[in-house]
Amino acid sequence: MLEQIFQFLVTGVTVGSLYALVGLGFALIYNASDVVNFAQGEFVMLGAMTAIALLGAGLPLPLAALAATLAAILVGLLLERFAIEPAQGASVVTTIIITIGAAIFLRGVALLLWGKDFHALPPFSGDAPIRLGGATVLPQSLWVLGVTVLLVGLVRAFFNRTLLGKALLACSFNRAAAQLVGINVRVMLRLAYGLSAGLGAIAGILIAPITFSSYEAGVMLGLKGFSAAIVGGIGNPMGAVAGGVLLGLLEALGAGLISSGYKDAIAFLFVLLVLFFEPTGLFGHKVAERV
Amino acid sequence: MRLAGFYVFAAVVALLPVLFPTNYFVTVVGASAGLHVILAVGLNLLMGYAGQISLGHAAFFGMGAYASAILTTRFGWYSLLALATGLLVAGTVAWLLARPILRLRGHYLAMATLGFGIIVHVVMVQATRWTGGPDGLAGVPPLNLLGWTVEGDLPWYGVIMAAMLLTVWLSLNLVDSQVGRALRAVHGSEFAAQMMGIDIGRAKTQVFVVSALFAAFAGSLFAHQQAFVSPDSFNLIVSVELVTMVVLGGMASTFGAACGAIALTLLNEWLVVFEDYEMLIHGALLMAVMIFMPQGLFVGLSQGARRLWAMVRPKS
Repeated sequence: MLEQIFQFLVTGVTVGSLYALVGLGFALIYNASDVVNFAQGEFVMLGAMTAIALLGAGLPLPLAALAATLAAILVGLLLERFAIEPAQGASVVTTIIITIGAAIFLRGVALLLWGKDFHALPPFSGDAPIRLGGATVLPQSLWVLGVTVLLVGLVRAFFNRTLLGKALLACSFNRAAAQLVGINVRVMLRLAYGLSAGLGAIAGILIAPITFSSYEAGVMLGLKGFSAAIVGGIGNPMGAVAGGVLLGLLEALGAGLISSGYKDAIAFLFVLLVLFFEPTGLFGHKVAERV
Repeated sequence: MRLAGFYVFAAVVALLPVLFPTNYFVTVVGASAGLHVILAVGLNLLMGYAGQISLGHAAFFGMGAYASAILTTRFGWYSLLALATGLLVAGTVAWLLARPILRLRGHYLAMATLGFGIIVHVVMVQATRWTGGPDGLAGVPPLNLLGWTVEGDLPWYGVIMAAMLLTVWLSLNLVDSQVGRALRAVHGSEFAAQMMGIDIGRAKTQVFVVSALFAAFAGSLFAHQQAFVSPDSFNLIVSVELVTMVVLGGMASTFGAACGAIALTLLNEWLVVFEDYEMLIHGALLMAVMIFMPQGLFVGLSQGARRLWAMVRPKS
């Protein structure tokens, strides 16, 4: 029993890392533009599917992964330029529908390019399971964990140590004030979209060897990432990471101990309960409304 | 004269099948549009008037549909009794959920309603013993109205349109009642509304329950009309489409929501011919309309027409 629970925890942390990366992307974009980007899951799908297609075309895996990430970043920049910028100042509902429209559009493009079939990447370093205590760990899970820790560390260092990161942070606090001290807000916006598209794509490439990918694969991942960002208190990048890992753990435990069919319901029930008791997430700021 | 628009609308709805009794777009697509109007008008009460978003409204639609389908096929209940039970279930769930959920704001509210919708959808897929699982429930008996069995396109058009006109009429009256004025005050500023002595929690709960009832009502009719229910008819995409109908209609206008529902139903009907391109075009249109006409299709089009007229008008 204990071994089994340990196994669920391993699975949970792996899946949670992905939710964390996607949630981080949500937080970055929300910070920079007050927009919740519902196309975030589609970046994950595009990263995975592009890498699979490029590998199939004969490119070596590292090159395919790099090219796929760059492709997703380009899509992120295009999304910002042609869907978000023209709608500046729109209401919450309007921006939600615009990004959902973008998500449906990107799914439609993927459907035309790659059809409805499921595809997978080969594991990065074989698929011989490693025995760890009583549990088995796939080498790919270690890749997921390692890269996630690295990326989260990089994002943290970026915000805390670099001028560019601090400028981006300034935009999230007060856009007008940031503009006044000479920060080019428009460039920062694009940076945020590019960054979170890249994070999403890397998440997609990491998970593609474990779960199969298809044109629809981004939908649930995107929603879980959004949940992670909300549970962590939207706009709090490290809160989103914590929220993602927490969500992944709960989901894996729920799937293992209660019912695998209900795992999505368990995850969202947890989100609802968090919101009922903490209406601004676990690590969110309490905001006072100006009357 | 307050209801003049309603009488014109009712007259058009009544005249259409007389003029085109065999037209597919009138009887079949029209009936489907009628159900969407019920859903959109109900959601509009919540979104347009009370200013609360719901990304999980398909759940209430589904509750009505599954209540009718399960109770009539598995237990042989009389269809109107099953419909009433569906209303009771959806209304109770909405009432229980309203206080904790409508306390949330903006994206947190979007998340909570979205999560609720997904949970209900997962239950529809997983509770196979009751719902038939992903394959759904077939063989839902036709609606029986006190002895009259509703079968065929034209009778269904009549029943759905009567139901639709009833909900539109209710909505128009509700909006102009004391409750409606309280809701608009809540939308304007919750704080100010509270200062004027409005019980915000109660006002929001009432409107949430009413919009859930409208959705469940449409769901029951849908189950009988299609004689089949499956989880696909009540997923997140459907919830998003309902929100889109309300926003397309310009929010805070009953007829706007109705027009948004009709416009989107027709659009979906036409897009089917594009087959594999349907999804791509659907997404692109959704983005374009919201970017260029954030005030909705009708304000957007009338502004566009006015601008066009200003350009071509003969200068005196």
